[in-house]
Amino acid sequence: MSTAEPLVGGRKTPADLLLRDVHVLDPRTGIDARHDVRVRDGTVAELAEPGSLKGAGGGEDTGEEELIDGAGRLRLLPAFFDPHVHLRTPGQEHKEDLDSGTRAAAAGGFSAVIAMPNTDPVLDSAPLLRSLRDAAARETSVPVGFLPAITRGLAGEQLSEMAELRQEGALGFTDDGKPVKSAGMLRKALQYQRLCGGVLALHEEDPTLSHGGSMHEGAVSAALGLSGIPTIAESTMVARDAALAGYEDGRVHFQHLSCAASVEAVADAKARGWRVSAEVCPHHLLLTEEDVRGMNTSMKMHPPLTTDADRLALIEGLRTGTIDCVATDHAPHARNEKEVPFEQAPMGSTGLETAFAALYTGLVLAGLLDLSLLVERMTAGAALFGLPTPTIALDSPANLTLVDLDATWIAGEHGWESRSENCCFAGRELQGRVLMTIAAGAVAHRDRKLSLVGA
Amino acid sequence: MKHLISIEDLERADIERIVAQAERFAEISHREIKTLPTLRGRMVLNLFYESSTRTRSSFELAAKRLSADVVNFAASGSSVEKGESLKDTVLTLSAHKPDAIVLRTPWAGAADLVSGWCNAAIVNAGDGKHEHPTQALLDVYTLHQRVGSIDGSSIWIVGDVAHSRVARSNVLAFQRMGAKVTVVGPPTLIPRGIEQLGCEVRYTLDELHTADIVYALRMQNERMSEMWIPSIREYAAWYQINGRRLSPHQVLMHPGPVNRGVELSGEVVDSPQAVITAQVQAGVVVRMAVLYELLAVAREPRPVAAMAGSQLA
Repeated sequence: MSTAEPLVGGRKTPADLLLRDVHVLDPRTGIDARHDVRVRDGTVAELAEPGSLKGAGGGEDTGEEELIDGAGRLRLLPAFFDPHVHLRTPGQEHKEDLDSGTRAAAAGGFSAVIAMPNTDPVLDSAPLLRSLRDAAARETSVPVGFLPAITRGLAGEQLSEMAELRQEGALGFTDDGKPVKSAGMLRKALQYQRLCGGVLALHEEDPTLSHGGSMHEGAVSAALGLSGIPTIAESTMVARDAALAGYEDGRVHFQHLSCAASVEAVADAKARGWRVSAEVCPHHLLLTEEDVRGMNTSMKMHPPLTTDADRLALIEGLRTGTIDCVATDHAPHARNEKEVPFEQAPMGSTGLETAFAALYTGLVLAGLLDLSLLVERMTAGAALFGLPTPTIALDSPANLTLVDLDATWIAGEHGWESRSENCCFAGRELQGRVLMTIAAGAVAHRDRKLSLVGA
Repeated sequence: MKHLISIEDLERADIERIVAQAERFAEISHREIKTLPTLRGRMVLNLFYESSTRTRSSFELAAKRLSADVVNFAASGSSVEKGESLKDTVLTLSAHKPDAIVLRTPWAGAADLVSGWCNAAIVNAGDGKHEHPTQALLDVYTLHQRVGSIDGSSIWIVGDVAHSRVARSNVLAFQRMGAKVTVVGPPTLIPRGIEQLGCEVRYTLDELHTADIVYALRMQNERMSEMWIPSIREYAAWYQINGRRLSPHQVLMHPGPVNRGVELSGEVVDSPQAVITAQVQAGVVVRMAVLYELLAVAREPRPVAAMAGSQLA
């Protein structure tokens, strides 16, 4: 029933590029070899043997077509898709806005993102969605989709006008940041989904179990004197809501899984044939409660960092496909909001600009996941929300990411495109750097060093 | 030592040195003139975000006995109530160049955070449910006076361990000094994972007679309204240290203030086994020793610029 285009925005100038001798890797088309790739007018126009394509100016840079030499070394990947970011607009533009948030996405190699509705005011009405999409059409570097709230004001008491929101371009719905506490309320949303469609994305947390907690409940919280959040706060709600979706034959997507028990609950739901999918964040795949010991507030997020056993179960879930995709849950907060005692700090870490490098370093180089599978999981979010998956194929719109897998950098050393700097990976040495992102046919990001690299 | 933030940062030798210094100060407190000129011209700032009578007054007295200037800053009735952040308050007060800041807050980790924002020596006087290291030091001192070494002793800490910074600091301090620590309380008030600190966990007082030292914690009335326990009455029936449960060889401690009739019965509070008053007296000399350790021993000044923004950089 959705009538409006689901994604809006992005840069408007169609790219004309010749990417010479780049190593093209697309897990879906099966390409994994060196190629020359020509992008003309924002579309992948030619894929040929390395060194076979001549520049429009006969090898000279005429200004009509940008020439990039991959030297057989730079990787060209389908651009990533992030189904879970907080762009903080409207109302919290001191943390992030449409411009800075989508520049961060482009810098991280993402060609599209889905924005969450816990803004001020909450995105829960068609007129607000319309005005936000109008702004996004003008102010973004990559296309953005929106998930308005399931319940009005995220209060959990009344459904938002889901059908009207869908007509206005809603990709689905979420109360992210909060759970839909009442099973009865979620059931009504699932019933209403039959009328209007749209995925229900769920932040799973039983507030009676998580109440007052600021980190994972365990040895570290006991030592630090912080109230803990037990993993059952999440896993029991995943199990409950999977059963509700199964009963109503609804379609739900579980956000930011954080523990082994939740992975098991999702696997169980999938085995029963229920229509569920799930995402996991880089920080839950790479960090644990031990990283909270220093009480760095960038390590405070919802759900919290858990144990190493949970982390390994999440990696295994992502590998086997129980978990469908990676999402960053990019959650910017202003410095003064995070520069407070741990218990007072808001939940969340930024993640768009470090996601690929952190996962490449922590999973691929560590031998836990193939690069090709990582790329698959970082692009799989699009299809879960009914959107075309970024692919590298002739005549497809250019959604491409050029990366240097050998480049090492310290996260944060170049500053951030995001307006906020609360990144849990800040200060870590990462390997793999996004040099260029082409989103919906337009160059959305270009590393400052790219001309040197390509020369 | 630059700061006193957590018992975790102290070696056994550090604790022994502070206790020995406190003993020297205790001798002076029996003299007619009780002040020493050691910290003349130095400033100690008491920054308290929570109400406190005994800790604050004991720090104030300790600083004055060493001739330091003392400024008390209580959060209520101050710029904090106008919405000033902890960082801004610390930066503002740092303009007066305090040599030490004694900090009490309801937030775990606050003392550590503040130590990165200014040049003063930070003394953690309680950070949320995390730690209260000077309480643990004065408890070790009190035991040293009463029983000598606690190496190999069995110490039971009884009550609301989950909400107690005193319990956490004491589990660490008593173990550093060679004691075997057991924490006891209702399961709802024993945090999951606490045994990782090296202590034993129990839920009943059945084996209490095996303890050499019994340390009762304060039980707050609000724990009942927050549904941690069914009732104060039942709590007292199961966990109160009373004349029936306390063996004659045992030493009884409590950080105060005592709820008579809840965690302790009146008769044990007043018994010669209780060292509760001695704990209060120890507070002043131990805090003198801590201030002496931090301020009288030469410290390398740290450049402020290098620390600015270290939290998020």
